[in-house]
Amino acid sequence: MRRLLVANRGEIAVRIVRAARDLGIESVAVYSDADAEAPHVRLADHRVHIGPSSAAKSYLVVDALVAAAKDAGADAVHPGYGFLSERASFAAAVAEAGLTFVGPDAATIERMGDKVAAREVARAAGVPTVPGTPGGVEDVEEAVRAASEVGYPVMLKAAAGGGGRGIRVVDDEAALRKGFPQASREAATAFGDGRMYLERFVRRARHVEVQVLGDGGSAVHLYERECSLQRRRQKVVEEATAPGIGSEVRAAMTESAVRLATECGYRSAGTVEFLVDDESGEYFFIEMNTRIQVEHPTTELVTGVDLVAEQLRIAAGEPLRLAQDDIVVRGHALEFRICAEDPDKGFLPQPGKVGRVHLPAGPWVRSDTWLESDSAVSPYYDSLLAKVVVWGADREEAIRRSRRALAELEVEGVTTTTSMHRALLDEPWFAAGEFHTGTLEEWL
Amino acid sequence: MARHEVVSPIPGVFYRRPDPDSPLFTDAGETVGAEDTVCLVEVMKSFHEVQAGAAGTVVEFLVENEDEVDAGQVVAVIEAG
Repeated sequence: MRRLLVANRGEIAVRIVRAARDLGIESVAVYSDADAEAPHVRLADHRVHIGPSSAAKSYLVVDALVAAAKDAGADAVHPGYGFLSERASFAAAVAEAGLTFVGPDAATIERMGDKVAAREVARAAGVPTVPGTPGGVEDVEEAVRAASEVGYPVMLKAAAGGGGRGIRVVDDEAALRKGFPQASREAATAFGDGRMYLERFVRRARHVEVQVLGDGGSAVHLYERECSLQRRRQKVVEEATAPGIGSEVRAAMTESAVRLATECGYRSAGTVEFLVDDESGEYFFIEMNTRIQVEHPTTELVTGVDLVAEQLRIAAGEPLRLAQDDIVVRGHALEFRICAEDPDKGFLPQPGKVGRVHLPAGPWVRSDTWLESDSAVSPYYDSLLAKVVVWGADREEAIRRSRRALAELEVEGVTTTTSMHRALLDEPWFAAGEFHTGTLEEWL
Repeated sequence: MARHEVVSPIPGVFYRRPDPDSPLFTDAGETVGAEDTVCLVEVMKSFHEVQAGAAGTVVEFLVENEDEVDAGQVVAVIEAG
């Protein structure tokens, strides 16, 4: 791998450019009209304009990105997260152009992106899944029969869904009969696929995910992250490792993740997501993310492994450099997503001109961002401005240090979610690690 | 007959259809109710519906589909009544 096209923008594009430079790989940035002055463009070795500001006409255009890679003489493409990162057709188009896709192959993305197929892989690997229908259900009568076996409340999910869309919880048969056709229609509109499946709804669940690396033959895990603090199914705070699970669950869950990655011949960095029943301690596979994730730095801080660099090495054809015994967790890491949203006004997006920016730094504090003084927050893209990631020898120290870091953060001109994070750090339940996926919304 | 201006409450990208394959929410010459959605404004990947705000006849739209709008910008005019 000599020259890498970064098919993304914002903080993750900056992150990938940096990893490439560390490995001696040249980087090519792509940019829309709105991003002509963006840091990812300035930091990269080369740059290609790919279209107007709207992502649908630039960062989401497969042909434009493949053409940009070829024009720039790139031999590989990193999709980052979001945008085209989990679109099998993009991975296929990159491969067909004779370029290396930094991620699993199109067939794996497709298989693990289909929730029904992914559950079949999990079952084949002996990984527990949430009690539910083995495949998609075709109609409401089949759904009613299945729900009576699974037991109410049940969750209806779109087979092709993602990002919390096409999901509905129903408490009884009447609600199911009413909700099923609507949910299926929504799924058909949103994803072009109306198939639904049913799962038992776990009321008090933790969302825990295991980071894996695979080279197509073997796989290792890099322990887990806790992602329970969510608002509208969007993660707000993440940490590594998960405070709410015991060593037995940790051992079983991480081993399950490795079995699943091995079963599907996984090649690249990936994340195996689990729901942990807060009451029984049971864990269930829910889905696999076949890309680098926003919260990957927390794993990097506790393991010392550069996940993006490992992705690039694997894509270049190197076998895994790490054996399971090489991966040791030290301390605890927290990540706070700083978004241009007003927490006091229902998280209303806050695009606009930014004045002075001061990012936290100092010992064991990392700020992954694209934000700098006098930049503009565009209405065209998501609201993530920065990730403040903090390490401590234990969770208590990480929390104390996070208070210091977030007190240093200043962003003039636009309202951000920093105030919410500061308040969260003072909550006794947060300090005690006593929360589940519904806690943050209740608190807000 | 009173002239009513429909204002975007937020900055973002202006859309006259719920999605690219659907028909327009409404067009000049059509009648709307006060609570009818006349356009969407997308800001940072979230979509906000903008309602007519007054019942009447749509006179004109002042913004092209997919153009950027500012908060407080007039996007359409309705003849109320």
